[in-house]
Amino acid sequence: MTNFALMVLGPPISTQAPQSALNFTRAALNAGHQVLRVFFFHDGVHCGNQWLIPPAGQQSIAEQWAELAQQQKIDLVVCVASALKRGVLDAGEAKRYGKSAANLHPAFALSGLGQWIDACVNTDRVVTFGG
Amino acid sequence: MLHTINKAPHVHDCFDACLRVCGTNTAIVLIEDGVYAAIADSAAAQRLCAQNKAIFALQPDIDARGLTNRIDPRIQTIDYSGFVQLCCEHETIQSWY
Amino acid sequence: MNQKRILIVYRHPPYGESFAREALDVAMAGAAFDQSVALLFLGAGVTVLTANQQSEGIQEKSLEKQFAALPLYDVNELYVDADALRQYRLSNADLSLSVKALDTNAITQLLERSDIVLNF
Repeated sequence: MTNFALMVLGPPISTQAPQSALNFTRAALNAGHQVLRVFFFHDGVHCGNQWLIPPAGQQSIAEQWAELAQQQKIDLVVCVASALKRGVLDAGEAKRYGKSAANLHPAFALSGLGQWIDACVNTDRVVTFGG
Repeated sequence: MLHTINKAPHVHDCFDACLRVCGTNTAIVLIEDGVYAAIADSAAAQRLCAQNKAIFALQPDIDARGLTNRIDPRIQTIDYSGFVQLCCEHETIQSWY
Repeated sequence: MNQKRILIVYRHPPYGESFAREALDVAMAGAAFDQSVALLFLGAGVTVLTANQQSEGIQEKSLEKQFAALPLYDVNELYVDADALRQYRLSNADLSLSVKALDTNAITQLLERSDIVLNF
């Protein structure tokens, strides 16, 4: 059984990175492995936007990740520094910066790079998905 | 080591950059647009297969791009579970994007 | 905390995209958490180290100044692609930091002795 840490750097729609990472995660879990944490960095933070409206008949990448994370107890972390710059905020940050709404999907958590380093250190394999 | 390449050759320098520095005991997985390097008889596929390394290409990305029957036979097509397996077998995975 | 050898690879030039700046954050986080962090400036990534970056005119904070903080974080293993330096007509004197130039074989060896390699 192998424990994985994944980083997603590519945004949804413009790149395949989020979907490739999701497919990888499903395959890893189906094979009996563990995915400790998925860390969304750089433009990958947009995966955590709960207002993504997918093409008709599809599920948004945020919803897909949320569903999988809930079923399999995977930690979905969006890098707070990358996210703020790109306008992805949770309720706390929206309030802090006087913004009228938050857009981070509740299944994701904003946190720092310490969470990524922790995942790197405490897993067997690190795989990154760039855009 | 395992290397992943997700860009087509000539579009970005990922392909060249990876091949330049990857060592002898390595495997390469072509994913997303990287599967274009697996086209049979292409210069890219020739370069890859001349390397004496294990070369793989992700089937769903191949099929999506209409390349199902156009892949160099020396390149092994795998699904995502095969990709996961390769990651288990190699301690370090470097992604070229 | 366990210690791993994390290699951060800079492949993009500065400013045109944000990879260099965000990769620096990863390097500093690694160092702050007592990991063994090394930086490799590969291909176009060598241009990140060009000295005398006057970035105010493009409304960007100087990446050069941010990189200058690396020694404070005890990140001292800095490697640069010798071939790329030549390609970009840069000598060690043109760079803002003290780095070790590696040829292709040495780069391969550096990759292979790292536990985790993160391309940016």
